[in-house]
Amino acid sequence: MDNYLVINNNQTVLLKDIPVLNYEDFLSLNTSFIDESTRHCVNYFAYKLHNKLKLICCIADDSNSTILLSSSEINVDETEYPSFTAKHLSFHIFEREIHENFGIKYSDHPWLKPVRFAYDRHDKNSTIDNYSFYQIDSEELHEVGVGPIHAGVIEPGHFRFICNGEQILHLEIQLGFQHRGIEQLFLNKTKLLQRTTLSESIAGDTVVGHTSTFVKLWESLCNYKADEDIQFARTLALELERIAIHTGDLSAISTDIAYQLGSSVFGRLRTPLINFFQIWCGNRLAKGLIRAGHSHFYFTKELAAQLENTLNAYEKDYSEMWNVFKELPSVLARLEKTGVVNLEQATAIGTVGMVAKASGLNRDIRASHPDNNYVDLKHEPITKRHGDVYSRTQIRNNEIEQSIEYIRKMLQNIPEETKERAPLSLPAPNSFCLSLTEGWRGEICHCAITDEKGDLMVYKIKDPSVHNWLALALAVRNNEISDFPVCNKSFNLSYCGHDI
Amino acid sequence: MINNIKILYHQGKQYIPDVTKVEVPGVFRGRPEITNEIVDVNTLVELCPTAAIASNPVSIDLGKCTFCGECAFKFPNKIAFTKDYKISTNSRQGLIIKEGDVDPITLNPDLIRKEIYSIFGGSLKLRQVSAGGDNSCEWELNACGNVNFDMGRFGIEFVASPRHADGIVITGPITENMAEPLQICYDAVPDPKLIILAGTDAISGGIFADSPALNRSFLNKYKIDLYVPGNPVHPLTFINGVLELLKRT
Repeated sequence: MDNYLVINNNQTVLLKDIPVLNYEDFLSLNTSFIDESTRHCVNYFAYKLHNKLKLICCIADDSNSTILLSSSEINVDETEYPSFTAKHLSFHIFEREIHENFGIKYSDHPWLKPVRFAYDRHDKNSTIDNYSFYQIDSEELHEVGVGPIHAGVIEPGHFRFICNGEQILHLEIQLGFQHRGIEQLFLNKTKLLQRTTLSESIAGDTVVGHTSTFVKLWESLCNYKADEDIQFARTLALELERIAIHTGDLSAISTDIAYQLGSSVFGRLRTPLINFFQIWCGNRLAKGLIRAGHSHFYFTKELAAQLENTLNAYEKDYSEMWNVFKELPSVLARLEKTGVVNLEQATAIGTVGMVAKASGLNRDIRASHPDNNYVDLKHEPITKRHGDVYSRTQIRNNEIEQSIEYIRKMLQNIPEETKERAPLSLPAPNSFCLSLTEGWRGEICHCAITDEKGDLMVYKIKDPSVHNWLALALAVRNNEISDFPVCNKSFNLSYCGHDI
Repeated sequence: MINNIKILYHQGKQYIPDVTKVEVPGVFRGRPEITNEIVDVNTLVELCPTAAIASNPVSIDLGKCTFCGECAFKFPNKIAFTKDYKISTNSRQGLIIKEGDVDPITLNPDLIRKEIYSIFGGSLKLRQVSAGGDNSCEWELNACGNVNFDMGRFGIEFVASPRHADGIVITGPITENMAEPLQICYDAVPDPKLIILAGTDAISGGIFADSPALNRSFLNKYKIDLYVPGNPVHPLTFINGVLELLKRT
């Protein structure tokens, strides 16, 4: 028997079919998986099982669209365990979470700091106001603290810089201010509509991404296959969300380099896109659009004609603006060679989504683990080489063009509305399910485990930001502190998605 | 240079001329209307994900409502969401819509402090605090200042420092980890000052209302000047609410 289980995206398996290894084998198996750059960890988490702690590690293999599952059971005591992180940095955030939530001690983890100060963390004496920041004792250096409340209308997080004059030597990012206890609420709230509402609120800028991940997972647990028109609508909405947010990001990047024209024009170009969501489903951020097993908002031929007009008008104005933006020396001077993450760093950190692709790391669930209409779209991810702010800006431009092309292709073949939908049954008992979606930020992963009655026992949410925050901290080293805002905006990571 | 002028010319006028009267596109879910039709009330109450619907008489609390519209889909003859986006008010009770209520939602003039018009009538600077907000209300508050909604034309703006602000706008259900920063920020705003709650999460906690990770004690200490419902708030709901608050009474 293999010591790991191979599944596909959105597949439900019996929990007992995931092999349980002793910790040493579990560690060497999973760290050796990652030696291949086509494999990376999509989720690694723990939960209490009787007197023990059960660890489940999920490794995605991009080369053959599979996910490799293995598990281990360890004692919660004073034992110190060797860490995965000592072998591969990309596990650092998962082990920090396990340490923070359950008090597991690691003998060789280099950076065992709190992740989000969850309300049910192991050590209640560790609070958000007594976090110990890395310090350097020197008369030449000074510290700059920013946040948790920032100058703009954005979410809270604390940034602590150590600077030599204007130059950043080190940045430490402290998060957790947004922690709302969502994973526990998924278990407490038993109505499907409540859980769907929760998934719409994980990150309100990625409503389609997180909600479609939840419904795919839920439908899989209920052994339900979504009808063609529903799959179509989810794919279309995901690409529309990508175009809208990328456009807004271009506006925000323009703002941070004081380029007023770009800021205004890209900003207003986002409006008709999100207004289209309102025309379609009554909400500018698509809350209410995606539901497990059904939909209130069939994508009609009339909507298709309206979307086509919206995109035609958008594209004309967008390309006019982009063509000026991309060649303006004062723009390029601020974006090029700023905030660099090289391929080696991107791989070591385990970055995903836009951030990975801007550094040349080809990671895109739409291509590696496709579902819904992506199977037919045959998505080819766009990658860049330099990993700087400009690469991350270019990725947005290319993805906007690509998503418009996908939507146009889809509009040529709109599936008929399924009138009679099969009802959703109850989730399968004693099961594990994992669902992956490529949101506009990158890979979203939800995992669920049900108990013997089919009730949710564990719900784990991983926003792409969980991987990528460290990349931002490293990218700004040796940059001027005045370039921090534009670096930050080029990543546009989620605070609430991380803090959950 | 020529290219820049071309862009400006092609963009034309993007602002909404009258934000108090413009119609929103599509199927916006704004102020609900509840008829007197007899329905299975238990099923209706049970349906709501955030317990915003109460019975006897049937009512919807917009401070709890996530505007998912599920009740209107299941009971179309009982509940309908209109496209009326002017749903801000200054009393918590005013957010509860009962059977038969079809009047617009307005502010209670008796609850508006007199100094609000005299001091802030011409200019209002606000500090936004996201306290567990999911970045959807934050998004829409940013949109209030874009070239379409252009809230700045009324002298209403978000500013970087609480020291420069006349009040705070809270989004999110107020997490335990943000409780202290929120208090510090509020204390740093000079008197007299306003508090505005933007979005269902801020007003009632929304879907997070009973989460153990929240600490909403801040709200028990102060009078709230304006409630702006929505999930997220629509820019027009926010702008119209603030404009009403600043009117001479």
